[in-house]
Amino acid sequence: MTTATGDPATGTTAGGPTAATDGAATGATGTAGDAPSGPVTGGHPGRRPRVPRGDRFGPRDVVGEALAGTGARPGRLLLTVLGTVLGIASVVVTLGLAQTAANRINEQFDAVAATQAVARPEQRTTWSGTQRAVGTLPWDAAERAERIAGVRAAATVSDVDLRGATVSAVPVNDPAAPPQTGPAVVATSPGLLAAVRGELSQGRFFDAGNDRRGDRVVVLGATAAERLGISRVDRQPAVFLGERAYQVIGILGDAQRRSDLLGSVLVPEGTARADLGLVAPGEVQMLLAVGAGPVLAEQLPTALDPGAPETIDVQAPARPAGVQQDVQADVNVVFLALGAVALLIGGVGIANVTLLSVMERTGEIGLRRALGARRRDVAAQFVLESAVVGALGGVIGAALGVAVVTGVSAVQDWTPILEMRLVAAAAVAGTLVGLLAGLYPALRAARVEPVAALRGGL
Amino acid sequence: MSVADLLSDDAGTPSGRWRPRRGARRGAVADPAPGAGTPAAPGPDTSPVLELRGVARWFPGAEPVHALHAADLSVAAGDYLSIVGPSGSGKSTLLNLLGLLDRPSAGEYLLDGTPTARAPEAVRTALRAGRIGFVFQAFHLLPHRTVLENVLLATLYSGVPRRERRRRATEALERVGLGHRTGFLPPLLSGGERQRVAVARAVVTVPGVLLADEPTGNLDSASTGHVLDLFDELHRDGLTLLVITHDADVAARAGRRVRIADGHLEEIA
Repeated sequence: MTTATGDPATGTTAGGPTAATDGAATGATGTAGDAPSGPVTGGHPGRRPRVPRGDRFGPRDVVGEALAGTGARPGRLLLTVLGTVLGIASVVVTLGLAQTAANRINEQFDAVAATQAVARPEQRTTWSGTQRAVGTLPWDAAERAERIAGVRAAATVSDVDLRGATVSAVPVNDPAAPPQTGPAVVATSPGLLAAVRGELSQGRFFDAGNDRRGDRVVVLGATAAERLGISRVDRQPAVFLGERAYQVIGILGDAQRRSDLLGSVLVPEGTARADLGLVAPGEVQMLLAVGAGPVLAEQLPTALDPGAPETIDVQAPARPAGVQQDVQADVNVVFLALGAVALLIGGVGIANVTLLSVMERTGEIGLRRALGARRRDVAAQFVLESAVVGALGGVIGAALGVAVVTGVSAVQDWTPILEMRLVAAAAVAGTLVGLLAGLYPALRAARVEPVAALRGGL
Repeated sequence: MSVADLLSDDAGTPSGRWRPRRGARRGAVADPAPGAGTPAAPGPDTSPVLELRGVARWFPGAEPVHALHAADLSVAAGDYLSIVGPSGSGKSTLLNLLGLLDRPSAGEYLLDGTPTARAPEAVRTALRAGRIGFVFQAFHLLPHRTVLENVLLATLYSGVPRRERRRRATEALERVGLGHRTGFLPPLLSGGERQRVAVARAVVTVPGVLLADEPTGNLDSASTGHVLDLFDELHRDGLTLLVITHDADVAARAGRRVRIADGHLEEIA
């Protein structure tokens, strides 16, 4: 530890027999003419000066110095890290919310739209401006639709025009009463409940027999029943469509797909044809298996009207996965761009602070160079310091992003969806940003000349 | 200048006569400790550790500044040499040249017999790491690192085996009388203590030469005494010391005294 001699008091480390440097460093003959020789320079004649290497500033040392340099100023570190934290967090939040939203859309899609389909005759606008159906649905449209793969239930639903007749519970002819619009009358086939996911609150629905015989029975929607003052069906109440009485056999409590039916009076299709002049079914309501939409859209028009399939208009859900991917792609592109901008700003922030740090620490760099640091040692240290800042920002940012996605989902009652590989990648991206941001400052640090740097203090 | 050039320590090396053999680096021995080849005691040996042969340094410009004129100086192992001169006389230029921080404009500088003036930067850096210890007027201690870490810093670059670093640094601190301060941060120490930490950092790598630039410039007289006593002790143990100062009392402690004035060296004692 002291000097170049085997001093008995202190020479335990200094004067070992290894003694490479002296002999090597001085053994060069060089070309400088009369190179001095003697005990000091005697080592190995003809060998070039030794560069002591061994454990000289290895990877562990760089890491240690970089960590120490980063941690020296916690306050500044916090501010520097903040840029990356925000950048990475916004990327993670973006991806997380996009995935969550896409999943959310998909869920809604599945629950409501993906299993519902409707077929109607195509409507065309005539020259006079009115809508007119071009084709017609056959009476057995529901049976034909049910034969197609993926259709779980089908029913025809048609609006019935009473031609001025009213719907009432009691046939009172009161000329003084203001004209009232009664509930709409809708003719359906017996399979309606399954096709629109309806539920009766009382009584029963009409069956195929009622339909075939044209029985004068009706099922009231819940709202319509209330309007007509009918609350129970066990007393065999009746309603009047015009002047004919129809027995109320059930009350429809719910119809998820066609909630407008709750305000209507439902009559069997056969009855409507016989009594009310229904000329053709209005539409076919169908309950599908998930994913059956595209097949149905292709096959149903031909099944309903082989002669003129183009006159049948089918509204069936597109393939759900396709919709999900489209939505996700849109959301991702927009928000990823925002995240990239945030990340860029974070990187510029790191570069700025690292550059500032290089300028401030010129004295330290000079000292390190005087102590024997090579340019690349200095550069490596600063690049690594910047990478450490980036990594720190990446990890904190990723964690923050996950927290935000989870929090937002909790508030909105969504299911948070976040791919953990993306989170890991985000943390790595922070490190890369730090690494890139540190390159230029590190070059500047490597360029520092020790003579100039040592002039100032530390 | 490309990035590779910039990071290369050979950048700017004049294509001179000095060229190391390829691959010789790899054969280097890890332990930088000098020893076996050197005499066990200072004194009778007079072969130079440092040798300046007509070294001059001027700074180019419209009106070139001649900081040092063809200086010749030979310092033997174990010498204690002081260099005195007023400010602006070229003291710092001389120190930078001796410390391999700067290259001479002309002449040759041999360190341990190795010509360095045109040696690749890698060789100069390695010599600096292993053979030269610096002590500065302003201490140059890293304020956010403990005393021990500051001393360890020198061992990072000089190739001291990793497992020996801590022991050596502790020993060096004990030697300068600061074994009880290892965990302190430098700003908490007195000026004298800080300079002693700097001395410990300079000698922990077992350098051949200690270069001190105004080591007492920022110290009161009591601390100055401590540091000079330490120098005396190191000198007795065989260390070669070069102390640059403008203080005649400090200079008087050295066995050899050289005066520098207007870039001219003159041995006065």
